[in-house]
Amino acid sequence: MASNAAELPDEQTLRTNVRMWLERNWDPDRKLVEWRRMLAETGWGCPEWPEEWFGLDYPSSLANAVQDEIASFGAIGVARSGVRMLAAATLLEHGSAAQKSQFLGGILSGEDTWCQLFSEPGSGSDLAGLTTRADKQGDHWRINGQKVWTTSAHHANYGMLLARTDWDVPKHRGLTFFVVDMKQPGVEVRPLKQMNGYASFNEVFFTDAIVPLDRVVGERDGGWSVALTTLANERRVADGMRAWGSVQAGTGGIFEELAAETRTVNEPYKWYPQRAGRPDLVISQARAADLDQDPVVRQAIANLLILEKSSQWTARRAREAHLLGRPQGPEGSLGKLAASHVARAAAEVHTMIAGGEALLAGKDGPLDGLIAEILLSVPAISIAGGTDEIQHNIIAERVLGMPKEPRTDVDRPFKDIPRN
Amino acid sequence: MKFSFTEEQALFRDIVRRFVVEQSPREEVRKVMETNAGYDPALWQRLCESLGLHALHIPEKYGGQGFGAVELCIAMEELGRGLVCSPLFGSSVLAGTAILEAGMAQDRELWLPPLAASERRYALAVDEGGGCWDAKSLTMQYTQQGDTYSLSGKKTFVVDGCSADVIVVAAREPETKGLNGITFFMVEASAPGVNRRLLDTVDQTRKLAEIDFNNASAKLLGTPGEGGSALERTIDLCRVYLSNEMVGGAQRLLEDAVTYAGTRLQFGRTIGSFQAIKHKCADLLLHVELAKSAAYCAAEAAATGDPEFSALAALSKAMAADTYVKTAAQTIQIHGGIGFTWENDTHLYFKRAKSSETLFGQPAWHRERMLRGWQI
Ligand SMILES: Cc1cc2nc3c(=O)[nH]c(=O)nc-3n(C[C@H](O)[C@H](O)[C@H](O)COP(=O)(O)OP(=O)(O)OC[C@H]3O[C@@H](n4cnc5c(N)ncnc54)[C@H](O)[C@@H]3O)c2cc1C
Repeated sequence: MASNAAELPDEQTLRTNVRMWLERNWDPDRKLVEWRRMLAETGWGCPEWPEEWFGLDYPSSLANAVQDEIASFGAIGVARSGVRMLAAATLLEHGSAAQKSQFLGGILSGEDTWCQLFSEPGSGSDLAGLTTRADKQGDHWRINGQKVWTTSAHHANYGMLLARTDWDVPKHRGLTFFVVDMKQPGVEVRPLKQMNGYASFNEVFFTDAIVPLDRVVGERDGGWSVALTTLANERRVADGMRAWGSVQAGTGGIFEELAAETRTVNEPYKWYPQRAGRPDLVISQARAADLDQDPVVRQAIANLLILEKSSQWTARRAREAHLLGRPQGPEGSLGKLAASHVARAAAEVHTMIAGGEALLAGKDGPLDGLIAEILLSVPAISIAGGTDEIQHNIIAERVLGMPKEPRTDVDRPFKDIPRN
Repeated sequence: MKFSFTEEQALFRDIVRRFVVEQSPREEVRKVMETNAGYDPALWQRLCESLGLHALHIPEKYGGQGFGAVELCIAMEELGRGLVCSPLFGSSVLAGTAILEAGMAQDRELWLPPLAASERRYALAVDEGGGCWDAKSLTMQYTQQGDTYSLSGKKTFVVDGCSADVIVVAAREPETKGLNGITFFMVEASAPGVNRRLLDTVDQTRKLAEIDFNNASAKLLGTPGEGGSALERTIDLCRVYLSNEMVGGAQRLLEDAVTYAGTRLQFGRTIGSFQAIKHKCADLLLHVELAKSAAYCAAEAAATGDPEFSALAALSKAMAADTYVKTAAQTIQIHGGIGFTWENDTHLYFKRAKSSETLFGQPAWHRERMLRGWQI
C-alpha cells in the first residue's frame, strides 16, 4: 500500500514536525518502554512500515530523515536492532492481524527479543532439509529436534521456528513456520563459543516443546515461502543488524535504562560492527601509523573505498526498490555478497597498516584490540545469513536465469533423501 | 634438494610426522596454548631426546646433529602442520641461528653446547615495534665501559621471550646508522634490569614477549660493530624456516577442507560434489604447491649459499604468508557455521597464519625487498 506522492510531506516540513513533537514529548526521565511505545504510536518509530501498523508508508528518503531528526535531537528511537526486525518484516508480510497486534508493539518497545530458529546441525545452506519435527496433538503443536547457530536464543523470549510437518512430500512442501515461546520447559539453550571469543549464537534443543495452534505464521506446510521473506530481509544487510554492538549515550534515567539493556543484551554482539571489516577506521589508522602517504597502502585503501561506496549505493538502490513496493531485485543478494568483499578487503588493509601488532589483543593491540577483533570476526560475514556460495547460486539461477544445477533432492518425498 | 628430497630426508619427514601425530595431537595443542609458558616441558624433552630437533642444525662439534637448512625446514614444515607448541622456533631456530651467524668460534663454543644439550633455552630480541625485524632500523644502543657492556631500551615480538633463560639481543654502537655498528649480545633473562612481559596475542600457539632492558649487563657475541650482515642473514634464514612452517600448516588445512567436503551432506549430496567447493579446493592446492616450491627452493638457497638467497627468502615469505592466510580463510568458509566456532580447530590455524603473515615483515614489504634484491 504505497502512499500517493501527493500525500507525502516535503522533507523540511516533516523534519520541523518531528522536531516540534520531540520538543513537546521527549523526556529523558521517562521510562524507556513507555517512550518507545509513544514514539511507535506516532508512526515515526518506523515510518517505512504500513500505516495501520506503526508506520506511515514513507519511502526511505523520508523515513531516513525522521530517523536522522530523532538522532540529532538526541532522543532514543524505537528498538530496531537485531533479529526482531526480521521477525517484524516476516510478520508484516505473512502474519495474521491477531499476530501483528500481539507482537509488533513488543518488538518496537524493546520488551521482546527474538531469535531465528532455522539452521540445524544437519542443514544450513540446505535449509529445507531440516529435520526438527512439529507434530499436531489436539490444541497444540509438539516440537522435537535441534537447532544451531541461533543468534540471541540465550535471551530471546520468542523464536521464529521452521519445522517439518510433513515427511512424505518433497522437502520444501512439508515445512511450517511457527512463533515459539522460548521460555518454556521443552526448550534448552546452550551458548556456543566463537573463534573471536564471543558467544552470540547457541544450540537450541527442543524436547516436547509446545506451540499453540494460532502461532502458525502463514499456512500449515507453507512455511518455506514465509522463511524466504525472513531470509530476503536478512540478506538485505538490514541497518538494524549493523547497529548492534553500538551504544547511544546521553544523560537521564532513560539512557541508564538503555545502557543497562545494552550491557545485558548486547554484550555478545560487541563484535558485530567488526565483522563488516570496519572500513570506517582505515584512514584514521593509516594516519596514526604514519602510513597514509605510503603508495602501497594508499592503493589498498582506494580500492577498499571504491568497493565500499559502490556497495553502499547498491544497498540503497535495493532499499529504495523495496520501499517503493517494487519486487526484490538482484541488488538484495548482491548487497550481501558485496558486504563480504568489503569486509575481507578492509581486514586486509587493517593487517597491512597494523603489521606485527595486528593480532595483539586488549591493551597491547591497536585500538585496544579492536583490529584483532576485526580480523577474527570478518570470517562470519560470508557464512551467516546464507554463505557466499549460496548467494552465487541464487544470483546465477534466479537473477541471471542460468540453467539450474540438476537436483536429486526436490522431487521425492523428504524421507527418502540422503542426509547427515 | 631443490626440486626433490633425498630418501633420507623423506624418511626423516616421516619420523617427525609420526612423532607429531602421536605426541602432539590437537587436544595437546589446545591444552598447552592456554598456559603462559606455551609449551609442555615433557613433550619438549621427548622432542629433544627422541628426535634431537632442538640441535638439528647445530654443528656436531658443539654437540649438535650437524644437519643443514633443508632438514631444519622439513622439521619446521611438519611442526607447522601439527601446530606443535614448542620452544624449537624461538630458541634453536631464531636464537641458535643468530649465534651461528654472529658468534666467533669461542662464542659458539660457549653458547651452543648448552642449547644442543637442551639445558638452556634462548630467545632472539631484534624488533623494536616496526614488526619487520629490519636490521637497518634498529635504534637500541649499547653502552660500553671498558670491557663491560650494558643495554637499555625495549624489544618486542620476542618469540618465547618469557620462557627463555638467555636473550640474544641485537643493538648498535652509539652514533651509527644502517648496517654499521650492529652488535649482538647475550643477556641472562634473570639479570637485574631485565623486565619481561607476555604480549596479549590472539595466536595462543606462539607466545610473544615485550622485554625492557634497563642498564642490563650484557656479554658480547661476535665482533663489536660487525653484526649487520649476520643479523640480516639470520632473519632471512628465519623467514625461510617460517615459510616452511607455514606451508606445513596450509597443507594440513587443505586436507581438512577436502575431508570435510567429502563427508558433509547438503541438498542430498556431499558439498565436495559442488563445483564451487571443488574448484576452491583445487585452487588452494595450486597455491599450496606453489608456496611449497618457493619454500623448498629458498631452503636450498639457504643451504648452498646462493647469492640470490635474500631475494628468495623474501619471495618465499610473501608467497607462504598469502597462501596460508587464504587457505585458512577458505577452510573456515568450507566448514560453514562450524568453521567459525572455537571448538573447531580451523581457527587455531587461522590465527597462526595471521600471526605468521606479519612476523618478520608482511608480504607487501617482502615483495618490494625481492625486487630490490634482483636490482629491479
Ligand atoms: C555468526 C553467525 C550467526 C548465525 N546466526 C544464525 C541464526 O540466528 N539463525 C539461524 O538459523 N542460523 C544462523 N546462522 C547459521 C547460518 O545461516 C549457516 O551457518 C549457513 O547458512 C551455512 O550453513 P552451515 O553452517 O550448515 O554450512 P553448510 O551448509 O554445511 O556449508 C558448508 C560449505 O558448503 C557450501 N555449500 C553448501 N551448499 C552448496 C551448494 N549448493 N553449492 C556450493 N556450495 C555449497 C557452503 O557455501 C559452505 O562453504 C549463523 C551463522 C553464523 C556464522
